[in-house]
Amino acid sequence: MGTISEKILSAHAGKEVHAGDICIVPVDFMMSQDGTTGLTIKAFKQMEAKRIANPKKYAIVIDHNSPSPMESVSNIHKEMRTFADEQGSMLYDVGEGVCHQLLPEKGHVLPGNVVIGGDSHTCTYGALNVFATGVGSTDLAAALVTGHIWFRVPSTIKFVYDGTLPAGTYSKDVILHMCKTLTARGATYKALEIYGSVIDAMSVDARMTISNMVVEVGAKVGLMACDGRVRDYIRQRTNAPFKGVEASGSAIYDRVIREDLSDLPPQIAKPHQVDNVVDVDQVAGTELDQVFIGTCTNGRLEDLKIASDILGGKNVARGLRLIVAPASRNVLLDAMREGYIDKLVRAGATVIAPSCGPCVGTCNGVPSDAETVLSTANRNFKGRMGNTKAEIYLSSPATAAYSAMLGHIADVREVQK
Amino acid sequence: MSAMKGKAHTFGDNLNTDYVISGKYKFKTLDMNELAKHVMEDIRPGFYDEIEKGDFVVAGENLGAGSSREQAPLVLKAAGVGAVVAKSFARIFYRNCINVGLPVVEVDTSGIEEGDVLEVDVAAGVVRNVTKGTSFEAKPLPPVMMKILSDGGLAEHLKKHNGFALEEE
Repeated sequence: MGTISEKILSAHAGKEVHAGDICIVPVDFMMSQDGTTGLTIKAFKQMEAKRIANPKKYAIVIDHNSPSPMESVSNIHKEMRTFADEQGSMLYDVGEGVCHQLLPEKGHVLPGNVVIGGDSHTCTYGALNVFATGVGSTDLAAALVTGHIWFRVPSTIKFVYDGTLPAGTYSKDVILHMCKTLTARGATYKALEIYGSVIDAMSVDARMTISNMVVEVGAKVGLMACDGRVRDYIRQRTNAPFKGVEASGSAIYDRVIREDLSDLPPQIAKPHQVDNVVDVDQVAGTELDQVFIGTCTNGRLEDLKIASDILGGKNVARGLRLIVAPASRNVLLDAMREGYIDKLVRAGATVIAPSCGPCVGTCNGVPSDAETVLSTANRNFKGRMGNTKAEIYLSSPATAAYSAMLGHIADVREVQK
Repeated sequence: MSAMKGKAHTFGDNLNTDYVISGKYKFKTLDMNELAKHVMEDIRPGFYDEIEKGDFVVAGENLGAGSSREQAPLVLKAAGVGAVVAKSFARIFYRNCINVGLPVVEVDTSGIEEGDVLEVDVAAGVVRNVTKGTSFEAKPLPPVMMKILSDGGLAEHLKKHNGFALEEE
């Protein structure tokens, strides 16, 4: 009985729990990346632990600052490799991709699972019906040692997005719209369940864009149904048995927000807050110096297809830098095979290693003072891309690709009708 | 835990963990004393030099939004901040503070101004504004978090109890 969160956590706790209850649950999979693994190892040692409870349930991913741009980072990477080797856990090294693409892609996370990651965008796997959430390094280390984590069972806000998205509007526009609706703190301590014909019509790639960003409204997780598309996605990747979890009809929600998105225009988040969202026409014409297509939000195969469809046979605007980071090695290989990379590179894009790229401001495209960037990432905080004097706007890959072609923020509906 | 006394350094709503410690620094070292020199640098350059040991970071709604980086509470601690005080907190940051032993106090901060001297009693859940002569009741910490905090953080809690000892709450 209950919401998806209540049912998944009850099944793991071995007793019925409801919103507000404290429970201790076994964790099905764990992950940390190069920004968080160093402190995880530190906390692990502070706990005087020797062995990870289940090394096969833990993956270390080198993606945030990859390949290393400086010796201090190289040393952190080396420590990660050594730890993975000592513990017998999985390691995804330089070039494998972004953690939030790799965990689903490699079949590590299954519907009905409880998954934690030392990265706030771990909520991405909610699109696969996984109770997945970001934690700090100490919580992660505790789970590595004990195999468990404690949670306060979250209450849930239910979204139902009816209608059909118009041409030129994508899943990124839906989640930016949600950020505007809820604000950056509208779902703090809460889970979301996201349904409706708009979601049903989306690929799993597109759904992950939405669940990825629910932390931007403060949510713990953004859960979606385990439908045929999710089952196909999982079965193509693993033989492991799984069972999707549905909310019961009697589930109690904090709120139910129902909206028809058939008229939603492309959305843009303006500097320096993710919930500072406007319709594209409010900022169309804003001159751009750099466009970045990639990240755990929008670096998947479908995203690269959309961008290459727009840029194929065209050119990036003179003086503008277009940087593309495929979300994983497999995404890169698929995009090469399908000809997407060829089109993007011929149009003038710089394709960098599968990684987080310049999203976190560490390498691969730090903007200069007074520059303006349009990015498909999930955060546009001041200084996010490494320079406090740069302005960052967020959009869908379609808006980003079309804007890169014109040199300013533009309404992609001009070419997608 | 006894009451703490210090000066308030005030910030607005949605102060995110990127602002507490920028991503461009957090990869350079795991030495928090070194990282602490860059605390709040993107929004308040020179903040590190303003902090005296035991001072408080006082903010509005949603303190600690964004990234899960535990460097954020660790850097605040290393910089000498005694507690973080805000109207509300982002979820991951709130847990991280408790886990690393940095006290969090959820209270109406709207009357607190830069430089006000505060007395913060986490256990009693009271914040006294000595400068203004006012007193506010804080939202109590959930018992599980009070337990982890009073054990000195999650690592110490696990060592002390040989695992989680939170179920009876």
